[in-house]
Amino acid sequence: MADDVLFEFLHMEMVYHIYKDQASRGEMDKDRATCVSTLEGMGFRVGQGLIERFTKDSPSFKDDLDVMKFICKDFWINVFRKQIDNLRTNHQGTYVLQDNKFALLTQFSNGKQYLEEAPKYLAYSCGLVRGALSNLGMDCVVTAEVSLMPSCKFQVVIQKI
Amino acid sequence: MLTRLKTQVPLFSMNSYTKLGEKLKLSGLSLASTHSHVIRLGRHNSKMAVCIAVIAKENYPLFIRSVPVQNELKFHYTVHTSLDVVEEKISAVGKAMADQRELYLGLLYPTEDYKVYGYVTNSKVKFVIVVDSSNTSLRDNEIRSMFRKLHNSFTDVMCNPFYNPGDTIQSKAFDSIVSAMMVQAS
Repeated sequence: MADDVLFEFLHMEMVYHIYKDQASRGEMDKDRATCVSTLEGMGFRVGQGLIERFTKDSPSFKDDLDVMKFICKDFWINVFRKQIDNLRTNHQGTYVLQDNKFALLTQFSNGKQYLEEAPKYLAYSCGLVRGALSNLGMDCVVTAEVSLMPSCKFQVVIQKI
Repeated sequence: MLTRLKTQVPLFSMNSYTKLGEKLKLSGLSLASTHSHVIRLGRHNSKMAVCIAVIAKENYPLFIRSVPVQNELKFHYTVHTSLDVVEEKISAVGKAMADQRELYLGLLYPTEDYKVYGYVTNSKVKFVIVVDSSNTSLRDNEIRSMFRKLHNSFTDVMCNPFYNPGDTIQSKAFDSIVSAMMVQAS
């Protein structure tokens, strides 16, 4: 089925387009920060809409951990066709989601090649998770890190006000 | 006025109708219920709300529509007071961990004229439907299906790229779904 790769190609083109746009306008310094926040913003809005659709039929969540489990299983399966491999928490609002074969990074490399380009391609997904959580009532900050492709870790820190 | 004919004694004399009318009178049914245009109204009336509101997570209205338009303030107030009951139900369910937590909240509170039903989504957006108390034929299942339709329509609004979450709902499609569920303005 060709459906899955459609989004992957679109995503690659999106990242390329945003960076090209930025390069033709501003200075080199501001580049990375604004591009990353643009991509993250896109992911945020999409995450909000997606979560509305996915949780339409499921009962309310008991607590934060329940929400994170939903993100790791149902949400990740629907978006990236697999579950999160490892969820760790310190029970004080910080969660680390580890995906050993992240769908958007599999085409890059199997090791450390192209490592410095990886963060651009993770910004959208960070926004996706942040949007999904925000619509469920949890304000948080999501960051991603990659040390060995295609595995990556998303760190979710819940803001308690 | 016409909406009450089904339950009240007809205003015209029975004798001016045919034997069918007499048979119905004997069996206890009101003749008015066989009068064609009253039947039509009667059928519509049983599935209609008087006011529908969508409230955001931060408790301000995203969408509120009511019929008749003259009493709008009263409906706004009714919906506002029902929010307290919604909050109470949400927090009450939280303590009863064993329960399967449902999105449909059921009858929030009945006033002398109206009954108010509530529903909350996973994104903490609340739907409130106000129906006329004289609609005894409106069953729980029908209210649930109305909420289901509302939720589906709201999800579509949410996925619309021209809609910013937190704005009032301007979508015509949503509007038409809501209007279809409300009492026709007489």
